[in-house]
Amino acid sequence: MIDFPILSSLILLPILGALFIFFSKSKSNSDTTSKYLALFVSFGNFILSLYLWYLFDPTTSDFQFLEERTWIKGFINYKVGIDGISILFVILTTFIAPLCVVSVNNNIKNSLKHFLIAILVMESLMIGVFCSLDLVVFYLFFEGGLIPMFLIIGIWGGERRVYSAFKFFLYTLLGSVLMLVAIISIYWMTGTTDVMYLYSIGIEAKYQNLLWLAFFSSFAVKTPMWPVHTWLPDAHVEAPTAGSVLLAAILLKMAGYGFIRFSVGLFPIASEYFVPLIYFLSLLAIIYTSFVALMQEDMKKLIAYSSVAHMGFVTLGIFTFTQQGIEGSIFQMISHGLVSAALFFSVGVIYERMHTRLINSYGGLVSIMPKYAIVLMVFTLGAVGLPGTSGFIGEFLILMGAFKKSFLVATIASFGVILAAAYMLWLYKRVIFGKIINQEIKILTDLNKSEVLILSILAFVIILFGFYPEPLLNTTKVSVKDFIEMYYNNINFTKN
Amino acid sequence: MDFEYLIIFLPLLGSIISGFFGNILGSRNSEIITSLFVSISAIFSFLIFYKVLNENYTNNLIIFSWINSGTLNVNWSINIDALSAVMLIVVTLVSSLVHVYSIGYMSNDSHKQRFMAYLSLFTFSMLMLVTSDNFLQLFFGWEGVGLCSYFLIGFWFKKETANAAAIKAFVVNRVGDFGFALGIFLIFYLFGTVNYAEVFELIPSLSEKDLSFLGINVNAINLICILLFIGAMGKSAQIFLHTWLPDAMEGPTPVSALIHAATMVTAGVFLVVRCSPIYEYSPLALNIITLVGMSTAFFAATIALVQNDIKKIIAYSTCSQLGYMFFAAGVGAYNVAMFHLFTHAFFKALLFLGSGSVIHSFKDEQNINSMGGVWRKLPYTWLLMIIGTLALTGFPFLSGFYSKDAIIEFAYLRGNSIGYFAAAIGIITAFLTAIYSWRLIFKTFHGSYNNKNLSISSMHESPMVMIIPLIILAIGSIFSGFLFKDLFIGAESVASFWKNSIIFLEPLSNDHPPIWFIYLTPILVIISIPTAYYLFIKNKNITNDIVNGNLPLYNFLKNKWYFDELYDYLFVNPSKKIGLFFWKKIDLRFIDRFGPDGISNLIKKVSIFAVKFQNGFIYHYAFVMLLGFSALLTFLIIK
Repeated sequence: MIDFPILSSLILLPILGALFIFFSKSKSNSDTTSKYLALFVSFGNFILSLYLWYLFDPTTSDFQFLEERTWIKGFINYKVGIDGISILFVILTTFIAPLCVVSVNNNIKNSLKHFLIAILVMESLMIGVFCSLDLVVFYLFFEGGLIPMFLIIGIWGGERRVYSAFKFFLYTLLGSVLMLVAIISIYWMTGTTDVMYLYSIGIEAKYQNLLWLAFFSSFAVKTPMWPVHTWLPDAHVEAPTAGSVLLAAILLKMAGYGFIRFSVGLFPIASEYFVPLIYFLSLLAIIYTSFVALMQEDMKKLIAYSSVAHMGFVTLGIFTFTQQGIEGSIFQMISHGLVSAALFFSVGVIYERMHTRLINSYGGLVSIMPKYAIVLMVFTLGAVGLPGTSGFIGEFLILMGAFKKSFLVATIASFGVILAAAYMLWLYKRVIFGKIINQEIKILTDLNKSEVLILSILAFVIILFGFYPEPLLNTTKVSVKDFIEMYYNNINFTKN
Repeated sequence: MDFEYLIIFLPLLGSIISGFFGNILGSRNSEIITSLFVSISAIFSFLIFYKVLNENYTNNLIIFSWINSGTLNVNWSINIDALSAVMLIVVTLVSSLVHVYSIGYMSNDSHKQRFMAYLSLFTFSMLMLVTSDNFLQLFFGWEGVGLCSYFLIGFWFKKETANAAAIKAFVVNRVGDFGFALGIFLIFYLFGTVNYAEVFELIPSLSEKDLSFLGINVNAINLICILLFIGAMGKSAQIFLHTWLPDAMEGPTPVSALIHAATMVTAGVFLVVRCSPIYEYSPLALNIITLVGMSTAFFAATIALVQNDIKKIIAYSTCSQLGYMFFAAGVGAYNVAMFHLFTHAFFKALLFLGSGSVIHSFKDEQNINSMGGVWRKLPYTWLLMIIGTLALTGFPFLSGFYSKDAIIEFAYLRGNSIGYFAAAIGIITAFLTAIYSWRLIFKTFHGSYNNKNLSISSMHESPMVMIIPLIILAIGSIFSGFLFKDLFIGAESVASFWKNSIIFLEPLSNDHPPIWFIYLTPILVIISIPTAYYLFIKNKNITNDIVNGNLPLYNFLKNKWYFDELYDYLFVNPSKKIGLFFWKKIDLRFIDRFGPDGISNLIKKVSIFAVKFQNGFIYHYAFVMLLGFSALLTFLIIK
């Protein structure tokens, strides 16, 4: 379409910005300078991604903005491109990153400069994950993302940060090793790691199950699915606000995206075969973690568990192989990216004032922080999936898709919607309503300017996409439709 | 520009102005703006109603597209027909009166702007609900009114009980919505669309279709009807899902009048009537509706007999009257259900707002045992509540007389055993209704003055801004039955007025029940007045004797059939226990212990072992190399 390598620019810009910040001389006021630099870079990247969206042609499912460069001759090509399935994740990433930068302030204990660098590097790697069309390149970005996150938790985290960081690292690394093995064996079998080429030739049915399981082990940890979900609450609790936001909003989405692009795309027969397993684990995630969320005493843990439940809907939707299911899953991931980011920002707001995340230490905030109460209500409703918020569209589409596949599964999953209302509203009530018991609350100040900026933007977007989801659904429509067609062609081809 | 947009969006605009700019405008301006906007909306609603009445006007406006995914195409829409026109009148009229009344009632509250914003937002959601042309927008309105109800019940957020009641209302409604949502999924699954017109057209072709749901073979249409009805039960507080409604009385009284009497709680009835093209094909579901409706009517009336909180009595009365509406719909008389919905909106809103006026005078006292003897002090309120009570009990020629007796008659005319049974329960309940209603009036206004905190001389009538809305509602309570009976339940209007919105597979019977049957209810209702007076004013010993003689029964009723305790025992407490069990036992004790922590311990042990192993002795290394080499060799040979 155009010669300008827009995707590579998107990937490289934040890293360049990070380098620039790294080498800029430290003066006494350099922290604000670095913050503005980081903001400038990440915001520029967001504008660039909007331009990408503007150029994007939603009427075709072909990969667009393709770039290909030989990296290691005959082995790995650096190949990037996007379609209707991946573009929204790129935009989500570039949208969340500047908000994270804005939210960073002097509460970051150690070097603020390096924290910003970590965020920017993280952004680059995440965009790379969603753009790469080569398995090895994907793997590098996917695993690379671990490192800045590990550092963010391990250096800037709370008291038990080392334990959490290691738990996070161990879990995700162990899962990924198998994926690496699978990628190597795909290369041995087919002689390529080019995703588009692999789509066209397909992978032999007899190897699919093992390969699928290898990819699954990595994605299941990142999603996270039951029973490998326990790293997430710990990681969230210890991570600083911006870290939690990146983790919930974007990092988890890599797995959902991976399920669509690789598990279903490359191994359709195995995907079909493992549907019962996925449904079972998804339902467990939805119901089990909702019950667990109900009893949490720590706000961040509660939201972390609710993330597990929401991602359960995503995996459920993907493996319905229906238009509503997969479109709903993509929508749900975007929506959860917005809502969970907003919720973690919100927790950050009061944590910075009170230095506690325990729900019991709050209560009665509404009369002290009325603005905060309003935006938090919007986010709570988004998490509950109320019609008129983006949370509703995704969940409802997923359940519609699931209902086509199995009444039982859809019925059980719908039950999770009741539980979501219970745990979220109960959380809201205990924090916001009631009498003020903790006297420290009386001296709190309401949202400051940058907090208002972040939270009102998120609230606006959550409501906007609740009433008018067309821009998102329209972007994904054709790609998802053709993707499902390809899936069923593969299934029927092997059956005959 | 079409009127319709103004009707729907003026309340939303008012809500936004009052909610976001209320602090700048000041409370009085916000009150005026919101009330004015809703009133304009009401005026236009009357215009629309007039057009529908005279020209059989229908209109389907598409605002813009909402969800497009595969075959699912849903629009934001405004759909006008006879049914939605009636609902527009009910919603906007009561809402505008409640807005005005609230100016007086909330005069001492410091969050007036927020309150008015919620009221207007509620009105908007309710209008979206009734004017939808598809199930999904209906669901949006459905959840929207539930949300506003949640906000308004918990409006006094410092009260622990109010917060608990708000969450309870939301969650219990979600249980109903769970059924409702499944119903919508099933509709989409079967028809590939959720638009009323398309679904209703396809229904007859599917009347024989069976499908297997959770291992049970059922008729598809029966299943749709039952699932949708579960939603209706939640919203309209029918037995088993009613527990939230009495607790919802924690909200300010204008809220109770608007949301928990006249509009939102009737959404379930509206849903069933709207779906008459589906329900007509499901006799099973209709019978279930009749059963649930009459059970609710009866059981709520028995509880209302012994409650002492003035608002809870009226709340249970609402529950009971909603039961009447359902059993009317259940016997196929959808238009009669709508008629009762219409008249009920007037007299029940009147009763709630009247009780609000009483509570206002008594400085937030709600226990009728601490009232009494004030009828001369509150003459307008007293008179207006008498009118409301007469209308509710079905005193001849007031509105309730026409609608409630019609329900009982149509149940009788149904001609089957369920119909007769429903009619009998209907008559008994009508008598109970009269008793508890007059008990409320006598204990509140007559007898001796029983309040220990306030002197009787401090009692004074509410301001005119509160009384005038009551007078308008009283006029409606008196005349709406007589004036509109032909329109709603006349044989001709079934063929003309309702033809675009309600379908009758078999025409309603035009027969008349026997004369003694027609006179039975009014006679019981009239007898109940002196009876109640005697029991609750003249000779209180009799009631005390009855209570003491039947203590178990009394406690059973007093504790509302122990539903709350049962649900706590069955659902609430086990949920918490399950949550704790999953978290503490499975996540922490099992997964973490054997998963990551176990592995890291294992690695530690292995590495300690490995450290010992790297001791520099060549023969150790050689031995390992040998082992590795032979393992590799074995592997290659076997392969």
